[in-house]
Amino acid sequence: MTTAKAPAVGPRPRSGTAAAIRGRLQQLLAFASLIVIYTFFAIASPYFFTYDNFISILFSTVVIGTLAVGTTFVIISAGIDLSIGTGMALCAVMSGVFLVNAGLPLAVGVLATILFGGFMGLVNGVNVAVLRIPPFIATLAMMLVAEGLALVVSDSTPIYFTDVSGYGDISTGHLVPGVDIPNAVLVLLAVAAVAGVLLTKSVLGRYTYSIGSNEEATALSGIDVRRWKIVIYTFAGLFTGLAGVLISARLGSAQPATGMGYELQAIAAVVIGGTSLSGGKGSIVGTLIGALIISVLNNGLQIMSIPQEWQNVILGCVILLAVYTDRVRRRETS
Amino acid sequence: MTAEPALLEVEGVDKSFPGVRALRAMRLELRPGEVLALVGENGAGKSTLMKLLSGIHTADAGHFRLDGHPYLPTSPRHALELGISIIHQEFNLVPDLTVAQNIFIGREPRRGRLLLDDRRLNDDAAALLERLDLPLDPRAVVGELTVANQQMVEIAKALSYQPRVLIMDEPTAALNDAEVATLHELIRRFTRPDTGVIYISHRMGEIKRIADRVTVIRDGEYVDTLDVATATTPDIIALMVGRAITADSGPEGVRADRDTVLGVRGLGTRSLLDDVSFDLRRGEILGFAGLMGSGRTEVARALVGADARSSGRITLRGTEVRIGNPADAARLGIGYLSEDRKRFGLLLEQDVKANIALSALRDRFTRAGFVRDGALRTRAEQLIGSLRIRTPSAHQTTKHLSGGNQQKVVIAKWLVKDCDVLIFDEPTRGIDVGAKDEIYQLLNQLAAQGKSIIMISSELPEILRLSHRVVVMSEGRVTGVLDAAEATQENIMRYATLRPGETAEAPDRTAGRP
Repeated sequence: MTTAKAPAVGPRPRSGTAAAIRGRLQQLLAFASLIVIYTFFAIASPYFFTYDNFISILFSTVVIGTLAVGTTFVIISAGIDLSIGTGMALCAVMSGVFLVNAGLPLAVGVLATILFGGFMGLVNGVNVAVLRIPPFIATLAMMLVAEGLALVVSDSTPIYFTDVSGYGDISTGHLVPGVDIPNAVLVLLAVAAVAGVLLTKSVLGRYTYSIGSNEEATALSGIDVRRWKIVIYTFAGLFTGLAGVLISARLGSAQPATGMGYELQAIAAVVIGGTSLSGGKGSIVGTLIGALIISVLNNGLQIMSIPQEWQNVILGCVILLAVYTDRVRRRETS
Repeated sequence: MTAEPALLEVEGVDKSFPGVRALRAMRLELRPGEVLALVGENGAGKSTLMKLLSGIHTADAGHFRLDGHPYLPTSPRHALELGISIIHQEFNLVPDLTVAQNIFIGREPRRGRLLLDDRRLNDDAAALLERLDLPLDPRAVVGELTVANQQMVEIAKALSYQPRVLIMDEPTAALNDAEVATLHELIRRFTRPDTGVIYISHRMGEIKRIADRVTVIRDGEYVDTLDVATATTPDIIALMVGRAITADSGPEGVRADRDTVLGVRGLGTRSLLDDVSFDLRRGEILGFAGLMGSGRTEVARALVGADARSSGRITLRGTEVRIGNPADAARLGIGYLSEDRKRFGLLLEQDVKANIALSALRDRFTRAGFVRDGALRTRAEQLIGSLRIRTPSAHQTTKHLSGGNQQKVVIAKWLVKDCDVLIFDEPTRGIDVGAKDEIYQLLNQLAAQGKSIIMISSELPEILRLSHRVVVMSEGRVTGVLDAAEATQENIMRYATLRPGETAEAPDRTAGRP
């Protein structure tokens, strides 16, 4: 017989708002580092802190940012997609095939390109979810396939969009008259906003977190994990397609051999933005800040005439530092 | 005898996996309004039966009936829809989601097809938790809750489906007495004339308290069903293991003044522990008792360097030692057997001998960097024999062994390493009664051979039965050290519920306060 008053069931749980604030803190930290880096370059170089350069940084964020936003979903679900870089190049080539070779109307060709990206994602998703090939391997294979196909389809030569009227405007035009913001930046902001809403407020987003956090529990709760994984990879593929359109529209040509390396920059942006490679945690805002940090670094180092090789060394160190501080912070709160 | 149809009926069910016959002519009958305990040693077929009932696997033969109608679940979701909720032994929660999100996962309130209605989600969850009288915040992130509260989330989730049948697999494995009482209260409220509970547990005391009848299964076959009111614990255990077990009480001989092997002074961590001091003597089993969150496991982890210490000195046979990580500890002959064998203790995909050899691989089983397979196998086979590890061979993959045998593999691993100090964290968690007894004997033998043992356990009978002395903790501090003679359930609970700074009617402990 117990006479003592029964203690309450453990200590009072920490409230959800506190958790939310700590989640925000992560973004705030990333944002603060962005400001610090930006200020540093502004002081270090007289050419950095100008409106034109600001726009130029935003513009150069677009491709990596678009890829990174899509792949944020994959990474939160504890997956990885290495095929987005060469996949983007293949999509650019396909855009050339649709618009230049087949002469489809602009909107149709662009849509077809984006859907083609989705199709590559679908294949990734099926390989991962149905054939149960580990994401790293499945998308590594797709990376090689896409790289090869881009060269095969284009016959290893760039496809020029000179005759496709309006194509370049997708990236370089100015939709808002009088304001000097290129359309590509607006496109990125728009799709990031949609992705952010989907991630936090939709069924897709909820299950993305859930699968990344505990796949087995999610499955046992009656959720069709296979189907949702396919959806997640397909969804991310749409962004690869869009990035293919944006980069080729900006360059005025589809360059079949230029995709490799973008995937790692995009993954770096996601990770710098606080998304965990082991899944379950992350945000679109964080990813955008991560992508901006990478752009600011690239831009600033270039302006300071630091050689390309050293830029990569510094970027690598920044990734280590970002992930390490995140680790330390998490250890302290847990 | 009433002609009332069974709520859930299992009849003649067979299930085989490649190489294993998991269930043979299994049967079971759950009557409306009752709590039926299901007991059996690990490997008896309980979890296979659960997997059939939850639609993860399908039976090879036989049938299930719910309310007299054939019950054929095709998936966990389908099972829930048909009215059977199962709480699995391992938590099936998503740690990064909130309480409310976990409870309603897969059937979130939506606005339109795609968007979620989180406000309604939280309101619904709050209403549910209120109805169940559970003190949980719907917005709290599940991964940050205590194990007990996570268990409550599981239960809230299961009950939210308004099931006819609730099946709980070892629901109290991680709960303290007060939490178990809360859980039993919930079960009693859930059990109405048209619902029933199947309660899988190894704890006889609990079965006595909560269940109406108990069904015993062994080696995949039905053995018997007894009325709890008339059955005795030894009866049930004898049916489970197929032989009688003597439940002797109290440690076999108390050691008075053996020399101190391990001395810990003023151990502290930033998050919880504060000024933890104790001595471990040669050949002693030192029990660590306390409620959940009192810091028992944290002491072990800080001691072996798995967590960072903020203060404290550790001496081994009188000499101060530096332990920066578990490898240092192992080198000094201190072995830590984690409470979570599967995560921290075993390479589940590797075979038995690889696991046994793991920690001593470099100092005992290599020559010029190459593994000496022959020597390794011989030693592994010796230990399989002496610890009575039930495995077809040393080559068996560890994940296929039962919980008790897995635990023995972990013990073997540290014995190979010749550890003098062994720290057992919940040595019998998830292990059935028969195998528990063997683990107890093994601990006693090890102590008799001069090993010094720290045993952390949330089961008081286990602490009382084995410990020569008991260290009781509360909120990160040591609140009492009891000799075997003083150590009673009541005494331990008194110290375990002390708040640091309070005293257990021992005025001298207030000394030092201003």
